[in-house]
Amino acid sequence: MNTVMLSRFQFALTAMFHILWPVLTIGLSLFLVLNEALWIKTRDPDYYRHARFWAKLFILNFGIGVATGVPLEFEFGTNWAPFSRAMGNFFGNILGFEGAMAFMLEAGFLGIMLFGWRRVAPKIHLFATSMVALGASLSAFWIMVANSWMQSPAGGVMRDGRFIVTSYTRAIFNPYALWSVGHMWFACLETSLLVIGAISAYYIRRGEASSFFLKSLKLVIIAGLVVAPMQIFLGDGSGRVIFQYQPTKGAAIEGHWKTNPPGSAAAWALVAWPSAQKQKNLWAIKIPGVLSLLATHRLTGRVLGLRAFPRRDQPPALPLLFYAFRLMVAIGFYIFGLMLWSIWLWWRNKLRPESISQNRLWLGTWMSALPLGYLAVECGWIVREVGRQPWIVQGIMRTAQGASRLNPGVVVFSSIGYLILYAILFVTFVLFFRRIIHQGPDLTLVPPHLAPDTPLVGEPPREAQHPLDEP
Amino acid sequence: MSAATHLLGNIWYGLIGIILALYVVLDGFTLGVGMLSLFSPTDARRSVLMGTLGSVWDANETWLVLLGGALFGAFPAAYALLLHALYIPIALMLFGLVLRASSFEFREHARNKRLWNLLFALASFTVALAQGLALGTVLQGIPAHHDHFTGSILGWIAPFPIVVAAGVTAGYALLGSTYLVLRTDGIIQERARRASFGLALMTFLAAATVTIWTPFLYPAVAGKWFGVPTLYLIAPLPLLAVGAFWILVRALRQHREVTPFVATVTIFLASFAGLAVSLHPDIVPPTLTVSEAAASPLTLVFMLAGIGLLLPIMMVYNGYQYLVFRGKVTTGSGYPH
Ligand code: HDD
Ligand code: HEM
Ligand code: HEM
Repeated sequence: MNTVMLSRFQFALTAMFHILWPVLTIGLSLFLVLNEALWIKTRDPDYYRHARFWAKLFILNFGIGVATGVPLEFEFGTNWAPFSRAMGNFFGNILGFEGAMAFMLEAGFLGIMLFGWRRVAPKIHLFATSMVALGASLSAFWIMVANSWMQSPAGGVMRDGRFIVTSYTRAIFNPYALWSVGHMWFACLETSLLVIGAISAYYIRRGEASSFFLKSLKLVIIAGLVVAPMQIFLGDGSGRVIFQYQPTKGAAIEGHWKTNPPGSAAAWALVAWPSAQKQKNLWAIKIPGVLSLLATHRLTGRVLGLRAFPRRDQPPALPLLFYAFRLMVAIGFYIFGLMLWSIWLWWRNKLRPESISQNRLWLGTWMSALPLGYLAVECGWIVREVGRQPWIVQGIMRTAQGASRLNPGVVVFSSIGYLILYAILFVTFVLFFRRIIHQGPDLTLVPPHLAPDTPLVGEPPREAQHPLDEP
Repeated sequence: MSAATHLLGNIWYGLIGIILALYVVLDGFTLGVGMLSLFSPTDARRSVLMGTLGSVWDANETWLVLLGGALFGAFPAAYALLLHALYIPIALMLFGLVLRASSFEFREHARNKRLWNLLFALASFTVALAQGLALGTVLQGIPAHHDHFTGSILGWIAPFPIVVAAGVTAGYALLGSTYLVLRTDGIIQERARRASFGLALMTFLAAATVTIWTPFLYPAVAGKWFGVPTLYLIAPLPLLAVGAFWILVRALRQHREVTPFVATVTIFLASFAGLAVSLHPDIVPPTLTVSEAAASPLTLVFMLAGIGLLLPIMMVYNGYQYLVFRGKVTTGSGYPH
């Protein structure tokens, strides 16, 4: 294998592993804000206990997110030095913004959020949690802006082999930016809702703390009713901009080879097996007319076929792109269906703590949905990044031009290092995750007093002895 | 090279210097405590050491992330050249950082914390060594032609980087031990105080060796050190550093709690400023200057608004976090949660 392939492999490995953690960080931090706010507003100690319980999962997940994010920041320079040199004016600048506005904010309040329960007043604590959540979401915003710009570069000119920004507004709000930020952010919300929902369903099914976890499951269902359809809408929007700015990617994910003649509609392949060698689908089941509608929202909109482009401009791994896309879409609709089923049960008054644990099918469906968000996220990223090939910055720089000229052995060394480390992290995470779930929430936890004049009920006297110790 | 690029480039050289200095001091003591935890006789004591870091390690590490982003945006050519040339030390540092962050979180959930404590300490050690090797390799000079790296990827295997790495590692450990003098009491504090003498000596020897060696590596640096008027600009810095060493040792003898840490930070800042002034106008010695590496003026101005203005605000809320968790960490308190 040559260095370019190896560096692509390493980037794919490290990015696909990293993204597993931020999705939950982003969604769960918002859920923690919600629970803390509900506690302060309703004074129901269960919300406080929810905040403390989910925070355990949050820390475990957060640590790995940070650990795996830092290598990415430096990989652009180590493995993609020519790309960094040429695009740093915009791309590096945005990564700098991410550090200054998002990561620092997150880290600067994280300590208080995790360990400050008895050191600051509840409202200040809520503020700290909100800043962590804001920082996490801002980091998604900036990283998606940077990545969107690689898909649909705008706002500058190439001069002496370097991208010089002429308009920051146009570069930041490039054609992809808002659709992609939105779709990614909702992916984080949706994935987190599934994780929270699945864990809550698990406890309810075992008959443990049913009414406690029915509270979180109901919050999840309410949020899911908004998030799931929004995600389908945002996915549709993301798809339409592809056909405008990256027609090769669009044609590849749909197995579409021949441009439809004016006045006729392009057919949509439900399933197919695209072959780059033959430049056609080996077989396909097609629905007439639908692709024009999906891609352009017009009956006879023109959709360029892959054959309109020379082979060197076509993306690789066509079946992977085709099926990754379909899997993501299928999951999107499936989750929406799950939310509809849930609200229907609720509406029929079936979600009562006494009887709910008998609906094993419904709870089981929720539990098995835990990995679906992650699966959709990975599929979406494969579509996005493999579909962009052979470009590293669409239409401006090819991936092969962007790679550092390194000795392949060195890249093998670092890739193997990451492979080993990440395998260990993953296994250990699963072990500790199971332990947290096994321990369950502490339903006897006494919240700190809300107002200064409320007497301290059951406040452990430990604090005086050990300033940093907390129950 | 336009005057605007020149001016803005130098402003950013200064800002990146500030971010790097903050990182080195803050994560320096974090890594130092990590390394020292290797020598703690019991797990209970190790937990106290970790307790001094729990609320701040992530924020301290984030200065490195900010540094990476700021360098990438303000000096893309320097970012690309440096990271390409330093591939292996950077990879080692990253492996160490991955392991450090995860073992810190995992030990929290583990029943038997020994394995994770050990990994945490070893990871801290790796990061410190790798950063020292990287610094040494840069000071030794990165060969390049038109901003493209032309040297060997194994350039860090040489006497000079190894001496620098030893110095950085000892220096971080010194930051860690004086930080422990500040944040702990009893036997742990006493052990840290005693360790500080030896670490101070090692740091001093390494710093002196590097200072004497550097002008032989670069005629340009020698010219500055022994030329007028730059001599007057540079001369106070080694004097300051030597003075700080003296104050450090005296304060340790007198069982002071705050002064040793402040003195150690002063040593770091003085050495750091000395390096920055000596290397200027090079950002990657010996071929790439600040102005050559700088991004376009519009980018530098935009970044100034987005990062430069935020820098004081970041310092304020980070300071607030330190304030909330001030005070001694004692046996039994452990990693707070
Ligand atoms: C919970 C996760 C999730 C779900 C249910 C969906 N997506 Fe998605 N999708 C993502 C998570 C995601 C993602 C991981 O967040 C991606 C990758 C990059 C991005 O911007 O979003 C993505 C990318 C992505 C892209 C490629 C964008 C590009 O290459 O520029 C398209 C066309 C869609 N999605 C379309 C859809 C449609 C039509 C869906 C449902 C009916 C859908 N997605 C559900
Ligand atoms: C976190 C979710 C992400 C995942 C799962 C992901 C996945 C991938 C994959 C699979 C590749 C290899 C594609 C190929 O070479 O065929 C790749 C390449 C790359 N991605 Fe991403 N990516 C993610 C986010 C990002 C973001 C946010 C950026 C930019 C800010 C980015 C920048 C790059 C670059 C520079 C390459 C290497 C060049 C290339 O192969 O085109 N990625 N990514
Ligand atoms: C869509 C893709 C991505 C999203 C939404 C995302 C989001 C996040 C979030 C929310 C965090 C905070 C820690 C955590 O999540 O557990 C994080 C950590 C991090 N990410 Fe990503 N990330 C993405 C891809 C990338 C890429 C491509 C890079 C490379 C520049 C990157 C660099 C980092 C760094 C350096 C950290 C550690 C920050 C710290 O020290 O606090 N991320 N990411």
